[in-house]
Amino acid sequence: MSILVIAEHDNQELKSSTLNVVSAAEILGSEIDVLVAGADCMAVAESVACIPSVSRVLVADNEAYQNYLAENIGLLIANLGSNYSHILAAATSNGKNCLPRAAALLDVAQISDISAIVDEDTFERPIYAGNCIATVKSSDTIKVITVRTTSFDSSANQGGTASIESVSEISDLGVSSFIKEEVAESDRPELTSADIVISGGRGMQNGENFSLLEGIADKLGAAIGASRAAVDSGFVPNDMQVGQTGKIVAPNLYIAVGISGAIQHLAGMKDSKVIVAINKDEEAPIFQIADYGLVADLFEALPELESKL
Amino acid sequence: MKVLVPVKRVVDYNVKVKAKSDETGVDLANAKMSLNPFCEIAIEEAVRLKEAGKAEEVIAVSIGSDASQEQLRTSLALGADKAILVKSEFDVEPLGVAKILKEVVNKENPDLIILGKQAIDDDSNQTGQMLASLLGVAQGTFASEVNVADGSVEVTREIDGGLQTVNLNLPAIITTDLRLNEPRYASLPNIMKAKKKPLEIITTDDLGIDASPRLTTLKVSNPPEREAGVKVESVDELVDKLKNEAKVIS
Repeated sequence: MSILVIAEHDNQELKSSTLNVVSAAEILGSEIDVLVAGADCMAVAESVACIPSVSRVLVADNEAYQNYLAENIGLLIANLGSNYSHILAAATSNGKNCLPRAAALLDVAQISDISAIVDEDTFERPIYAGNCIATVKSSDTIKVITVRTTSFDSSANQGGTASIESVSEISDLGVSSFIKEEVAESDRPELTSADIVISGGRGMQNGENFSLLEGIADKLGAAIGASRAAVDSGFVPNDMQVGQTGKIVAPNLYIAVGISGAIQHLAGMKDSKVIVAINKDEEAPIFQIADYGLVADLFEALPELESKL
Repeated sequence: MKVLVPVKRVVDYNVKVKAKSDETGVDLANAKMSLNPFCEIAIEEAVRLKEAGKAEEVIAVSIGSDASQEQLRTSLALGADKAILVKSEFDVEPLGVAKILKEVVNKENPDLIILGKQAIDDDSNQTGQMLASLLGVAQGTFASEVNVADGSVEVTREIDGGLQTVNLNLPAIITTDLRLNEPRYASLPNIMKAKKKPLEIITTDDLGIDASPRLTTLKVSNPPEREAGVKVESVDELVDKLKNEAKVIS
């Protein structure tokens, strides 16, 4: 088994999702290479080299990879990937964007969003918005896989001494170009890796009322999420969405406020360790999975909660 | 400009799906079937391009059994001009779908291909990317805004933490995210009109494609149920439980 892991980063820092993917790779085998593709990304390669289970870090440092355009990264992964038994990336927006392109070029199926590894060619993955779990076996010689990061622990990231090798060949399809990126600046932790998440739903009534969650999030060091209903209603941007069509989270504490608990939303948070629901409708389905339910008007409960934390 | 929109027949999003008791698959007996919601957004976007005078023709294509004609008729009622069904008696995986679509693209020569970002049955999120890769063209996945210009298209994409805008040479692939548009409902006159629009039926053999599956589903099971906990009476009790019982806050 030799495994290629695709690192997720912003050319400066390695994203923690990569460590979850490496820990999935550790289950599959002991020969693990990590591809760092970017521009001026040597700092990232150096932090990958410190992961004890990694054998080699492959650095593709070129302008063509600077903005992680799927056309170029997909081609690069396919060109490097033919000697590996498994190619793994996180099921993040980058992983989902690039990896199927590589799989198609290698003429193999992709197994998306795996939540467990049964053996080297058998995997579990959620289907139908997490309502069912499928166990699938691949007959391809190369298994191309995206990994549900919340289903795997983080690998150790200190003490390793992997070699760093540069990839000289440049994959540039030349059909796409980057224009701009608008990433919300926030001091809060990232939604998918936060210890505590507080989310608002349709019950928040409008975007301004999400400020009621902010004070609590600040006190708890929590990330703020939202249900699809809140996103569809235009209260908050889509990158805050928790659910099957949004982000999958599994924090230690998840607080659902004014969220009824549609199956779509539950699929994105039901693996949280402790779930709290605050909703004025005592029949709301969210209470069926909540460890602690508070039937209350959120406009009274939230200020009180903030003052008592 | 010609726009191709591949669509998929899936279980309606309101149906609560469960595994069969023998775990051989998903129990879909008598379940309502619909057009995949992301595909509906794709059709809507193509029809809006046509209404804005930027596209001349919208073609819907689906791969599946005869039953998929129903979703193609829905697509025609929503504004597509013609439809193609590529008949297959087994479930085709995303790679196979991409290979079949590549042949359809080579025949129809569309300038833009708009797909849903994922189907709500297998949640694979692969087909658009694979098709783009096989065609060697650019892709704008998870699109929340699309602006077609001469020879290129500008796509704003939903990414983790925000938005990214890219410029793609045509022909290009776009996959739709939720906020791209709000699909219309088909009106009765349009449903009637759709019955008379052309719907061509071909087979995978006609295209000379081997779309046989690479994956075997060994079992389909229900996820472990989470049990309901307790109701607390007050914010004070909630804070106390979180601190002293669950020990998740300090």
